[in-house]
Amino acid sequence: MSTPVDVPTPVTAEPVLPAAGGADPRPLAAPTTSVNPIQRDHATTIFEKGAPGRRSFVAPDAGVPEADLDEILPAGLRRTAPARLPQVTEGEIVRHYVRLSRRNFDLDTGFYPLGSCTMKHNPRLHERVTALPGHARLHPFQEPERAQGALELMWGLERQLAEVSGLPHVCLQPSAGSHGELAGVLLARAYHEARGETRTKVLTPDTAHGTNPATVTMAGLEVVKVATNPDGGVDLDDLRAKADDDTALLMLTNPNTLGIFDPNIQEIASIVHGVGGVLYYDGANLNAIMGITRPGDMGFDIVHFNLHKSFTQPHGGGGPGSGPIAVSDRVAPFLPLPVIRRDDAPAPGTRTGPSGAAFSLVEDATALPEGAPGSRSIGKLRGFQGNYGCFVRSYTYITSLGAAGLRDASETAVLNANYLLAKLEEHGVRELLPLAFGTRCMHEFVLSGGPLKRELGVKTLDVAKRLLDHGFHPPTVYFPLLVDEALLIEPVETEARETLDAFALVLAEILREAKDDPTIAQNAPYSTPVRRLDEAGAAKRPVLRQPLD
Amino acid sequence: MADASYPEDLKYHPEHDWARIDGDTAVFGITWYAQDALGEVVFFDPPEVGATVTAGESYAEIESVKAVSDVVAPLSGEILEVNDALEDGPEAVNEDPYEAGWLVKVRLSDPSEIDALQDRDTYVASLS
Amino acid sequence: MTRYTTTTEADREEMLRAVGVTSTRDLLAEQIPAALLRDEPLDLPDGRGEQEVHAHLRDLAGANTSAEDEVTFLGAGMYDHYVPAIIDMLLGRSEFLTPYTPYQPEVSQGGLQVMFEYQTAISELTALPVSNASVYEGPSAVAAAAYLAKLHNGRGKLVVSAGAHPHTLQTLETLAHGYGQEVVVVPLKGGATDPDAWAAAIDETTSAAIVQQPNFLGAVEDVAALTAAAKEAGGDKLVTVGAYDPITLGILVPPGEAGIDVAVGEGQTLGNRLDFGGPSFGFFAARDAFLRRMPGRIAGETTDVDGRRGFVLTLQTREQHIRREKATSNICTAQALNALAGVVYLGWLGREGLPELAELLARRTHYARTTLAAIDGVELLHDRPVVREFALRLPGIDVPALVAHVQDRGYHPGLPLVRTHGDEHADGLLVALTEQRTKEQIDRLAELLVGAIAAQRGGGSASPQAAASRNGVAA
Repeated sequence: MSTPVDVPTPVTAEPVLPAAGGADPRPLAAPTTSVNPIQRDHATTIFEKGAPGRRSFVAPDAGVPEADLDEILPAGLRRTAPARLPQVTEGEIVRHYVRLSRRNFDLDTGFYPLGSCTMKHNPRLHERVTALPGHARLHPFQEPERAQGALELMWGLERQLAEVSGLPHVCLQPSAGSHGELAGVLLARAYHEARGETRTKVLTPDTAHGTNPATVTMAGLEVVKVATNPDGGVDLDDLRAKADDDTALLMLTNPNTLGIFDPNIQEIASIVHGVGGVLYYDGANLNAIMGITRPGDMGFDIVHFNLHKSFTQPHGGGGPGSGPIAVSDRVAPFLPLPVIRRDDAPAPGTRTGPSGAAFSLVEDATALPEGAPGSRSIGKLRGFQGNYGCFVRSYTYITSLGAAGLRDASETAVLNANYLLAKLEEHGVRELLPLAFGTRCMHEFVLSGGPLKRELGVKTLDVAKRLLDHGFHPPTVYFPLLVDEALLIEPVETEARETLDAFALVLAEILREAKDDPTIAQNAPYSTPVRRLDEAGAAKRPVLRQPLD
Repeated sequence: MADASYPEDLKYHPEHDWARIDGDTAVFGITWYAQDALGEVVFFDPPEVGATVTAGESYAEIESVKAVSDVVAPLSGEILEVNDALEDGPEAVNEDPYEAGWLVKVRLSDPSEIDALQDRDTYVASLS
Repeated sequence: MTRYTTTTEADREEMLRAVGVTSTRDLLAEQIPAALLRDEPLDLPDGRGEQEVHAHLRDLAGANTSAEDEVTFLGAGMYDHYVPAIIDMLLGRSEFLTPYTPYQPEVSQGGLQVMFEYQTAISELTALPVSNASVYEGPSAVAAAAYLAKLHNGRGKLVVSAGAHPHTLQTLETLAHGYGQEVVVVPLKGGATDPDAWAAAIDETTSAAIVQQPNFLGAVEDVAALTAAAKEAGGDKLVTVGAYDPITLGILVPPGEAGIDVAVGEGQTLGNRLDFGGPSFGFFAARDAFLRRMPGRIAGETTDVDGRRGFVLTLQTREQHIRREKATSNICTAQALNALAGVVYLGWLGREGLPELAELLARRTHYARTTLAAIDGVELLHDRPVVREFALRLPGIDVPALVAHVQDRGYHPGLPLVRTHGDEHADGLLVALTEQRTKEQIDRLAELLVGAIAAQRGGGSASPQAAASRNGVAA
């Protein structure tokens, strides 16, 4: 059901704009305040479909001798009322979810410049190899002798990530970036405790991602914020004032969430190491520097990687991801278990991986030599050894690209971002959406919508919503918090120049349209499956499941 | 939303909280400036009746869709009442921050603290 | 090398000109100090094209013995259930596979509605009113429940049954050290949580009381009795936590009807592959009172400006990007795609199918346990009711060697408990069933165990390799 939409009349006749796909040369008439037929689909959950008696699953016969169920499981332990799951056929399920999928915008379909998320193309080879039964149907408790391929792959990924980061010891276990952060903070704590020191403070810049302070609290420590200087880097004076012998670690990313590489990083490392603290690198922005520079060389002790950012694990609408960590020698003994060890000269008859080496999975810290990675392990952060399906994809990616390919990826990411910045300048976009800090950027940059809001009453949010009508996913909005009306744009290396050109033109068009009539953007989007949603109502009166009574 | 207003008869705390004094009791709330910065209020998590509040310290949280804010006590005392109507109608804090949007009523433990609060003109001046 | 970038030489020239630099290196050198800017390449092998890389990944797969290569009775937290074909197809769709977390709800109604449906399904399964949109997996979900308990009551002690998965116990120990809580483990007695020790361990300093259902040894616990005792000893502020295998909720009393406040669990059995341990998903459901302490994303229903029904991420003030250091969790990326598999699977099983599947499992498990326990040399480790997994003892037998012997013959008999429990269950074997394990396979497993035991008792080799090495011949 939909009420008739009050459609504003287009202000000009037919500006000609490039297609959102970027490469299609045929021009499009101005989008688009028109109604999208998909808007007439009323959202209906699977629970509201189907009927009693419909089904998909056919249970096999038990095939075993009859037995009284009460003998197997006393009635008091058995469920009386079944879960009210849907009753639908396979055809109904497929149609429901396929139609639902069409209400999503996705990366395969269009440009997705979400800053800090690194929305690069997800190669389809990765889906094929992950689905090989030798990987997909391997049980995590399989005897390690019969999982040599998996262990060799994991060991190989560990070596690759060690080389990219410049830190030799890797653990693949954490399930996502923030899980890796938690591992990092717990490792730093363990390192200090082992030296007989209790340090309670974690320094984070005020540009930090929200997961950083949340992680610190979960690890039982306290956040101390460090100021940002006018160039967008860490304020060294503030850092010197706050770093002391209660500092457990400094959590930083470089380039930071403003897309700026802090040129003082070696000084920062020296200040923190000077007070005995540990330096932690949030790898969310690794896409800017692969093969170009390395956190280990900058002085970091702990790095986490987001395999679902730089290393192509598809985002899946919110996961799965994977957050491996790499650490320096002094932190390595505390790494989580299990640890993979490689034997290059196994006894004859030992099962090996294709390389000829034999791999073991050590689950017990006491079985490890003194000082070896994991020998004083903090324990486990989750079940088994981590999101192996993600390891397969990232390993495949790095193997495909090699050193030169990784460097090409990061260089192109930086070039694309600076190019887009230049095009936005050329089209006059940066008058109302100025660059918040500096003049150059690494792989992403932050514009401020402050002037746009003051002059035209149009907010960053409105620009984002109007971009949806043009077939682009908006950049990240309102992050980092340091920038007023922030618009964080990360074009990534897999996008073609034509797409970047198209995006710049469209942003210019949105601003031109806003000067004429700000209400168009303020009431956008018009052509998406639903229009602006009442988020306050959803929070005040939460309805979090389909009622079934 | 109401237009910006700051009643004359209230006392103000620099963290954007107000107090309406009545003998040895007071009613607290947040100012127009605070509700405007928050956006549409969706949830107020009140303290328990009988709890102690300390001047200058947070005694509750107030949430909009995209933000959480500490609510600071202008004065010290013991909670006598909380505004239960906000549970179903939190938007009263936006629409009527000084009357229907009141948060708690307190028995004051140290009335001398009133002298440290700002009067309307001082508070309004501090906003610019 | 493969590259997924598009820039040609011509593109680069034009772009560099637009930026106003002579080379990419100059662009980098403007921003990165010379001492840190590398010229030498990373020490990695050269990249390769798709078909070569594919061959390499196939070789690696070939060095693994998967459930495709052997009939497996391995369980212990993850199980070889049948994953229906529609799941592969739906998870492969671009629109589900490649978008990010739904930060722009107008173009994410597909993903948000999937979360809403998933939350509904988990709520139904657990008989608890509120579910989130997923957490990472089983053991860390239990730790997340412990964190919720700490936020709720501020108490310092966690009491957990020894029946919890060893990885859960280890994860709790590691993460609780961070939260500042102490972990006390209550032993089993006769295969289930010792009720006296449980009651004795709990008092008003206990933040959460945690039990696994079925427990690690496959035993069905009397959860209702345990939660009642926990509330009695710990008071109303104590939080009861149950870690459940969701498939068994087709037949077992759901946590919401057994006095559980927060139900969590490993979701792999719901439509997800084994994948050597991940990715899968964890579920997290709770009573209404805990809504604002829940970790993770939650999708809520609302309307748009024209009155259309829609969904948004809601109650975000709990989460890290707003509440930062006071967040209910640091979780950001979770397991959305795996949760999609979960809700599709539950719809595919359906209202009647899930109880049918669970009953099928219980019947075959009962048959398997009876059959194997009848073998000379095999005993039950406990005789509690079981529904999909059970534990055996083989006194005097080298169980890992027995496993290798059986594996050489194309079957995997289950987890040797020495691997997780050391001396405590040195001669133990944990055997799991799924609907893919038929009566014929169970009978064949019994034959193989008989043979493997005989081979050890006969003083001969337990495996062809050991025999061959004794004879000085390469296996």
